[in-house]
Amino acid sequence: MAPRKTASKPASKANVSKDELLAYYKDMLLIRRFEEKAGQLYGMGLIGGFCHLYIGQEAVVVGLEAAAKEGDKRITSYRDHGHMLACGMDPKGVMAELTGREGGYSKGKGGSMHMFSKEKHFYGGHGIVGAQVPLGAGLAFSDKYKGNDNVTFTYFGDGAANQGQVYETYNMAELWDLPVVFVIENNQYAMGTSVQRSTKSTSLYGRGKAYGIEGEEVDGMDVLAVKEAGERAVAHCRAGKGPYILEVKTYRYRGHSMSDPAKYRTREEVQKMREERDPIEAVRSILLTGGHASEEDLKAIDKEIKAVINESAEFAKESPEPALEELWTDIYADEIPQHNA
Amino acid sequence: MATELLMPALSPTMEEGTLAKWLVKEGDTVTSGDIIAEIETDKATMEFEAVDEGIVGKILVEEGTEGVKVNTAIAVLIEEGESADDIKAPAPAAAEAAPVAQEAPTAAPAKAVAAVEVVSKASPDFPEGTPMKQQTVREALRDAMAEEMRRDENVFLMGEEVAEYQGAYKISQGMLDEFGAKRVIDTPITEHGFAGIATGAAFGGLKPIVEFMTFNFAMQAIDHLINSAAKTLYMSGGQMGAPMVFRGPNGAAARVGAQHSQDYAAWYSAIPGLKVVMPYSASDYKGLMKTAIRDPNPVIFLENEILYGKSFDVPDLEDFTIPFGKARIWREGTDVTIVSFGIGMTYALEAADKLAEEGISAEVIDLRTLRPIDYDTVLASVMKTNRCVTVEEGFPVGSIGNHISATIMQRAFDYLDAPVINCTGKDVPMPYAANLEKLALVTTDEVVAACKDVTYR
Repeated sequence: MAPRKTASKPASKANVSKDELLAYYKDMLLIRRFEEKAGQLYGMGLIGGFCHLYIGQEAVVVGLEAAAKEGDKRITSYRDHGHMLACGMDPKGVMAELTGREGGYSKGKGGSMHMFSKEKHFYGGHGIVGAQVPLGAGLAFSDKYKGNDNVTFTYFGDGAANQGQVYETYNMAELWDLPVVFVIENNQYAMGTSVQRSTKSTSLYGRGKAYGIEGEEVDGMDVLAVKEAGERAVAHCRAGKGPYILEVKTYRYRGHSMSDPAKYRTREEVQKMREERDPIEAVRSILLTGGHASEEDLKAIDKEIKAVINESAEFAKESPEPALEELWTDIYADEIPQHNA
Repeated sequence: MATELLMPALSPTMEEGTLAKWLVKEGDTVTSGDIIAEIETDKATMEFEAVDEGIVGKILVEEGTEGVKVNTAIAVLIEEGESADDIKAPAPAAAEAAPVAQEAPTAAPAKAVAAVEVVSKASPDFPEGTPMKQQTVREALRDAMAEEMRRDENVFLMGEEVAEYQGAYKISQGMLDEFGAKRVIDTPITEHGFAGIATGAAFGGLKPIVEFMTFNFAMQAIDHLINSAAKTLYMSGGQMGAPMVFRGPNGAAARVGAQHSQDYAAWYSAIPGLKVVMPYSASDYKGLMKTAIRDPNPVIFLENEILYGKSFDVPDLEDFTIPFGKARIWREGTDVTIVSFGIGMTYALEAADKLAEEGISAEVIDLRTLRPIDYDTVLASVMKTNRCVTVEEGFPVGSIGNHISATIMQRAFDYLDAPVINCTGKDVPMPYAANLEKLALVTTDEVVAACKDVTYR
C-alpha cells in the first residue's frame, strides 16, 4: 500500500490553460448564482420544504467533474444542486424541480433533494444521510460487472461519515475492488454539529486505512487542487486498484438548510472564509494576475451567467404544476391493475 | 449397559433425515467425539459424533436409508463384555417417504352430517395435462433462479453464504459451480451495506437477486428496500428504478425465538413501489420467482423455511411463469371463503378438510401475491359464500387480513352474512418454549372455529 499523504497538496498552477481556468470560473459562478437565486425564490415562497444550498463548496464538484470522463457516474446527498449543474444538467430543469413544476427533472415529484438524470449519469439526490454511499458503490459494481473502466463519484458529508453503512461499504468496495471515488465533502458542520463535536477521529479519509483504502486530504477551496486529486483518484480506480477516498475540506457559507439560524459558529468565522478562501475569487485572481482575462471579460461572463439564471427562474415560475394524473404515474415501471377501492 | 444412538435433530426444522453413511461398523470401538456417521438434513450434510464410549454393537438403520425420523434408534453401543446378540431389535426404524402436502381428505368419521365433496381446482397457470414432477420448494426456487440466470447475463445472486457454503438453507446449491463467483457472490455479514450496493447495481442496469439469510435481518437494511429501491422510480419522474428481487425466508421457523420469527408480509405490502410475493406451493415458488426476476420493479419475495422441504407437483416445462396479482383457488366451496397465503395455506387447507367432514364446504383462496392483490377473486368468492375467514401467521394489528376485511366491507358489504374473522398469529413476541410457540401461531383449530362462527354452526 502506498504511503498516505498527510496534508493537502498545493495545486501546480503552471500548466493550467486559460480555457480551463475560464471554464472553472464559469462553472463555479453558475452554481453560486443559481443558489443565490434559489435562496431568493425560497424567500418568495416559490420553493418549499427543505432547500440546502451549496454556496462556498463550488470548487469540489467543479474540480472533480474536470477529472471525469463520459460514462462516469455520480451520486450525492440532498445538497445536490451544485453536482447537477456541474455535470451538465440544465439549470432550467433543476430550478423547475425546486419549484415543483412539470418542467423539473422529476416532473416536480422529487423536489430539491431528489433529482436524477439518466442522460448525465446523475443518480440522485438522496435524503437519508449516508444511504447514497452503498448505492454509489453499487453503481461502481455495475460498471465492474459490465467490464468497462468507468468510475462512480460517491459524495457524502462529514456528517454521513459517521454512519455505519459507510464502513460496511468501504469494506466491500475494497474487498471487491470497486471503481468508486468516495468524496467526503467535509464542510465542517453536520447540520449544527462540528466535526470536533462528533468524533475524536477527525481525519475522515484516514478511516479508510482500516479497510485498506488509499486516500488523501484535499483543499476544497482550491479547484485546481481538487482536480489534481480527482485525477489521482480516478486513475487509481480505472487501473482496477479499487476505491479511493478524497476528503475535501470545504466550507458552506449558508446554513444547513434555509431555516438554519447558524448559531453554532461565529459570523466572523464565516466572514473570514469568504474573504480569504473563496474558491471563485481564487480563480478570478489567477485569471486577472496571469493576464488570462480582463475585468471586462469577467464582467461579460457575469452577465452571461446572470442571464442563464434569470431564464431558469422564469422557466421555473412559468412551468405549470404537474398534471393531477402524475400522482399515479411512475410508481411501477409496468402497468399493474389499480384496484384501489 | 447398551446405549441406543438416536437419529439427531441437526437443524431447527429437521423432522427426519437421510442416514447417508456409516463411518463405523459393528464391533468398532468409539470414543466421545468420534465421527460415526454422515446425516443429510433438510439443510446440509452433517457429521454425527459419538457422545458416549463403547463398542458398536448393532447398526439398526442401514446407510442410504431416507426419511429416518428424529429420535429413531439407529445403532446400539455396548460395553465390553456385552454381546450384540442380547440386543432386541427395536421397532422398524425407517419411516416412509415424506408425505406430500396435497393429500386427499381423510375419511369422515361417522357423524350426523354428510361430508361435503371436495372439489380441488386445477391450477390455472398451465394447461391441463401438462406433465408434472415432484419437487421441493427449495429445488423449485433454485431452478427458477438458475433458469433466469441462464436467460439473462445481468441477473446475479448476492448474499451471506450463497456461494461457497451453497446457501444457508441450501437454496443456491450448485449455483456457484454453474455461474461462477462473478454472479454468485458471498457477502460479509453486512445487510445494510449489501442491500444498498445491490440497489445501486440495479440503478446501474443490473438485475440483482439479494438473499437475506432471513427477513429478520433485512430490518438492518430496510431503509434501502423502501427509501432507495421502492421510491426512486417515482422520485426520478420515471427515469430510473430498481429492477431487483429481495428474497429469503420470512415468518416463524421452529423454536428460534422472538428475533428470528416474524412475518413481514403486512409491512412490505404497505409500500407503494414494491411488489410483494408470498407463495405456498413449489409450483408457485417457481413460476412467481421467474416472474419476479423479470419484473422491472423491486420485488419482495417472502419464502418460508418450513415450506422449503415440502414437495409439490411442479409442471415439467422448459419455461413457465405465473403472473402477479392472480390468486389461486385451491378448492371450491359454497359455505365460507378462506383467504390465505404462504404457510397460512397449510392451516387453511387442513381446516377445509376438517370442515368438509362436518358438512361445511369451504372455498380456499391462496392470494400468492400481496402487492398487487387479486381482490376480484376474493370478492367474487365472498359474494358466493357470503362469509370470509382470513388466515396468516403475522401479527393481528394492521394485518393483511385486516386489509382484506376492509376491502370486503367497502365493496361487498351487502353480501356478508357474518363479520369477517381474521385468524392471525397472536399479539406477542414469539416465545421459545414449544408449547407457547404453538400457542402463539395460528392453528388449524382456530381456523375451523372461525369458519363455524361465521357459518353459525
